[in-house]
Amino acid sequence: MEITVKIFRYNPEKDQRGNYVTYKVEAHENDRVLDVLEYIKGKVDGTLSFRRSCAHGVCGSDAMRINGRNMLACKTLVRDTGANITVEPILGLPIKKDLISDMEPFFDNYKKMLPYFINEDPIPENGRERLQSQEERARFDETTKCILCACCTTSCPSYWANGEYYGPAAIVSAHRFIFDSRDQAADERLNILAETDGIARCHTAYNCTEACPREIKVTKAIGEVKMAMITGKLD
Amino acid sequence: MAKVHQFEVIVVGAGGAGLMAGLYASRGAKTAIISKLYPTRSHTGAAQGGISAALGNYEEDKPEWHTYDTVKGSDYLGDQDAIEFMTSEAIDAVLELEHMGLPFDRTPEGKISQRPFGGHTNNETGKPVRRAAHAADRTGHMILQTLYQQCLKNEVNFFDEFQVLDFIMVNGKAAGVVAVELATGELHTFHAKAIIFATGGHGRIFEVTSNAYAYTGDGAAILLRHGVPLQDMEFFQFHPTGIYKLGILITEGVRGEGGILINGKGERFMPKYAPTVKDLASRDVVSRAIYTEIKAGNGVDGKNYVYLDVRPESVNKFAALDGRTNPDGSPYNITGEQVLAKLPDIIDFCRVYLGVDPITQMMPIQPTAHYTMGGIPTNKYGEVVVDDKGTTVPGLYAAGECACVSVHGANRLGTNSLLDLVVFGKHAGLRAAEYAKQAEFEKMPEDAESASMSNFEALHNGSGRENAFDISNELKQVMFEDVGIYRNEKDMAAALEKVRELQKRFKDVKVTDTGKVFNTELLNAWELGNLLEVAEVVAVSALNRKESRGGHSREDYPERDDKEWLKHTLVTKQNGELKIHYKPVVITKYQPKARVY
Repeated sequence: MEITVKIFRYNPEKDQRGNYVTYKVEAHENDRVLDVLEYIKGKVDGTLSFRRSCAHGVCGSDAMRINGRNMLACKTLVRDTGANITVEPILGLPIKKDLISDMEPFFDNYKKMLPYFINEDPIPENGRERLQSQEERARFDETTKCILCACCTTSCPSYWANGEYYGPAAIVSAHRFIFDSRDQAADERLNILAETDGIARCHTAYNCTEACPREIKVTKAIGEVKMAMITGKLD
Repeated sequence: MAKVHQFEVIVVGAGGAGLMAGLYASRGAKTAIISKLYPTRSHTGAAQGGISAALGNYEEDKPEWHTYDTVKGSDYLGDQDAIEFMTSEAIDAVLELEHMGLPFDRTPEGKISQRPFGGHTNNETGKPVRRAAHAADRTGHMILQTLYQQCLKNEVNFFDEFQVLDFIMVNGKAAGVVAVELATGELHTFHAKAIIFATGGHGRIFEVTSNAYAYTGDGAAILLRHGVPLQDMEFFQFHPTGIYKLGILITEGVRGEGGILINGKGERFMPKYAPTVKDLASRDVVSRAIYTEIKAGNGVDGKNYVYLDVRPESVNKFAALDGRTNPDGSPYNITGEQVLAKLPDIIDFCRVYLGVDPITQMMPIQPTAHYTMGGIPTNKYGEVVVDDKGTTVPGLYAAGECACVSVHGANRLGTNSLLDLVVFGKHAGLRAAEYAKQAEFEKMPEDAESASMSNFEALHNGSGRENAFDISNELKQVMFEDVGIYRNEKDMAAALEKVRELQKRFKDVKVTDTGKVFNTELLNAWELGNLLEVAEVVAVSALNRKESRGGHSREDYPERDDKEWLKHTLVTKQNGELKIHYKPVVITKYQPKARVY
C-alpha cells in the first residue's frame, strides 16, 4: 500500500526552525514505522536522522511522536497507524536534528535518583545471595522493566510546563529501588523526591501510563512512592 | 585538530562486557568508556533467558557438568582450559551480580531462581538441569541496567554517543583510539596505555537476525585492518526460534519452561533428532532439525517456518509424556498466568509483531542469525593474541561477543554469552588496569586521526553511482542464503564473489549529508564498510573449513573431521588479501567424541 509520511525535519546547521516534509512511499501493513523511516533514509533522503538500535522495543532508542502519541518506532506497525503517519521528535527536550532530541537533561534527572543498589551491610557470610521472597521480588517487578526511552517523561504535561521536574521515568527508577527489600536508601530517595521539582509536580494526568511501551503502570508507581512518602511505610 | 583526552584505560563499548571491564579497570586505573550508543541501549539488553552457573538452587549441579556441557556444546572446538576457567568463576560471577542488586527471580526459599536451557544437563542422568539464573525473560536487560548503575555509583567516566573509528598502535603497543562525537561531528583522540575492545558482534551481515542495528562488527573490522587476526569466524550461531521473517528472538527459556516445536503436520519432531533432551538440545542441533523438517516439506503451509507451542495444554501434555516433574517431585503443570509471568516480553513481542497470543496460539518461528562464536582472539585474561604461539599486543584487550577466547568453540550454549561477558569483561578490566599501572604512555603520532579523516572524505566524495541501502540489503541476503545454516562449496564461492563485488561497488557510494551534527548517514555508511569487511572473513573462513562442526554445517562435508579440522581458524589481512592460519585447540580432560543429545 502507498502511505504518506509527514516528518519533522530540522537541520541546526542550515535551518532557523523546523518544518515538515511529506514522503509518499510503499509499505506493508506489518512494517514497523522504523522500517518505513529506514526506507526513506536509505532510498529517498539520506540526511534524515533518528536514533535506533535493537528494532524490537527493548533498547529505548527510537522514542518519537507518532500521530501525536509517544511511541517506539520499532514497536508501532503501519497496520496500527494507518496510511497517514506524522512523525515528530518527543516533546520537552531540545531538538538536536530531525527526530533526535538532546537526552542529557533526561539522563541527568535519572542520575539524581541514586539509581543504583545501595546496601552497605556485608554480603552473607557464606558468600551466597541475599535472600528475597517471591512476594518481595514481585513488589518492584514492574518498574524493573523500564528501558529509559523517555516516552513517559516527554508525554507529561507537568514536564512540558516545567523542565526542572524530574519526570515520571526518574520516579519509576527510584521506585525500582525504594521497594526492593534488599536496598537501604529508600529514605534518601524519598527525600530527593520530596524536593520542589520532585513528585509534587505530578498531577496524575496518566499520559505517562498510556505512553509507556513497556506497559508499566507509571502513574500507579508514582502513587506508591507518594504513599510511601506520606505514610513512611514501604509495603 | 582533534580534541585530545588521556586515560590510562579506554574501554570501547558499553554493553555487559564493556561495563564490567570499565567497572573493574576503574578501581585500579584512570578509565573511560566510549560508546556509540547510550550504554543502556546496548545489545546485552536484548538477552532474555538467563545466565548460567551451577548454583544448584533447585537440584544438584556442578561446575564440572557445566564445563562438560560447554565443551560438548562447542563441538569440541572450545579451548578447555578457558572453559574450565569460566565455569569455575560462574557461581561467584552470578552471585556478584546479585550483590550488585540484580533482581533475579526467586525460588520459594528466596534464592536465585534457575530454569532449564538447551544442552544444560545432569551429566550422570543426561536429563536437563536447572542452571540458567533468570530475571523473567529480560535477564540481559537487568544485567545491563545493573552494571550501568554500578558504573554510575562508582563514577566511571563515560563518553556516550562517541563512535570509535580507529585504533592507534605505536611500537607494537596500544597507544589510543580515534573517535567521532556524534552530536558535533568532531574527532577526538583518546590517548591510553590500555584499550579494551568490547564492541559486540556483527549479526547485521545477515538478513534475518535477532541482532541490533548497532551490531556491525566495528571492533573486529578496525583491528583486522591493523593486522590482528580474526578467529573462527565461520562459526555463527543461528538461534532456532526467531519470529518468522522478523528474526526477533524468542528465548530458549520458552522451551525451558516446557514449550515444544511442532512442524506443519502438527507433529513434535525434536525426539527424532535428540532422543534424550528433545526440544532442549543444543541450538545448532535444533536449528538444523528445523531446516531438515522444512526441506522435507514439513514446514507450515509449505513455507520455511514451524511452530513453537507454549500453550499450557500442550506444555502439560508433553511434560506428562516426558515424565517431567517439579523440583519437589510432583508432576509438572503450568497455567496461562504462569506462562505470562515467566515470559512477559515474549508474549508482548508476539502480540505486537504477529498478532498472535502465545497463551492460546502457536508462534511461527524460523532460525535467526544470533551470535558469533568467532572474533578477536584472546586468552582468558582478555589479552589479544595474534598467532598460534600466544604472542600478545601489549595494552590491547578484547572481551564479550567481539572476542574469541574461545569458550564457545563451534557452537555456544544458551546463557553462556552473558556469563562470558561478565567473567571475561571483569578479567580484561583487571588485567588492563594492572598493565596500565606499570606501562608508560606511548607517544601519539601527530597524524593519528588522518586515516579516519580520509576514510570519511572518501565516503563523501564517492561517485554516487551506488546506494548504501541496496548494497547492505544485497549483502545480508546473500550471506543469509548462501553462508547461513547449511553451506556448500558452490554457493559459498558465489557468495564470496558477490561480497567482493559489493566491496567494489561500495567505493561508489556517496554520503549526501554534509553536516557535522548527528551525521547518521555517514556513520551508517562507515558501519557498512565494516560489515562488508567482516562478511568477507566469514565467507572465506567458512569456505575453507571442509567439515561440519557446531554452527558450521556443510552439505558437501556433512561429518566432523577431527583428524584434519580440530583446530582454530585465524584470518589476517595483509595488503588487502586475506590469509588463513591455524591454531591448535586446547584439550585438558575431554577427548572429542560423537555428540548425541
